[in-house]
Amino acid sequence: MKFAIQINEGPYQHQASDSAYHFTKAALAKGHEIFRVFFYHDGVNNASRLTTPPQDDRNVVERWAELAEQHDLDMVVCVAAAQRRGMVDDGEAKRNGKDATNIQSRFRISGLGQLVEAAIQADRLVVFGD
Amino acid sequence: MSKLHTVNKSPFEKSSLDACLQHVLDGASVLLLEDGVYGALRGSAAAESVERALASVKVYVLGEDLKARGFGEDRLINGISVVDYAGFVDLAAEADAVQAWL
Repeated sequence: MKFAIQINEGPYQHQASDSAYHFTKAALAKGHEIFRVFFYHDGVNNASRLTTPPQDDRNVVERWAELAEQHDLDMVVCVAAAQRRGMVDDGEAKRNGKDATNIQSRFRISGLGQLVEAAIQADRLVVFGD
Repeated sequence: MSKLHTVNKSPFEKSSLDACLQHVLDGASVLLLEDGVYGALRGSAAAESVERALASVKVYVLGEDLKARGFGEDRLINGISVVDYAGFVDLAAEADAVQAWL
């Protein structure tokens, strides 16, 4: 079965990103397909490669990136939500005249159409958030 | 076919559990996760509405989140089933849609 995952909450805020991660991992372990993970609203903060959590804490961003690497996940960050919150990749830096980028390379910035497509293409859309 | 409803906030923090229980159709499933697990505890002020709902819907609680908050399964309202993340995936796959009450 094809799942799409939507995350509306940032890392270390409450538990949504953790729940989504464990759900995604469990779905993959059962042989399901993850069509896309879409990061929306404050969820875009899950994509910052500049986070440095304490060593004895989980690294939410790296953990997503590793899972994406292992399973070739498509992890999409909403562009409008990203712009508001200062989440920047090379393209956005150029377009908006910013002097730095902070997106972890396994994530990509794109539009809300990617969420709509995921909702249509996947058998189930599971939403995690506040 | 029926829906899986997820509630991730405590009934003592938000009204999402109540809103969910007022809207679920007979035969649906409700999964309590994160702080939502507080809604699964026996003897709380929120327990009555959950007990009433159990007559027509199935209620599940995510075991990991229950344990993380220091509660054993002996604290649960009778009739609530414990699932792990794999069980959550199964519930989502078995339902025809998943509705998150955020």
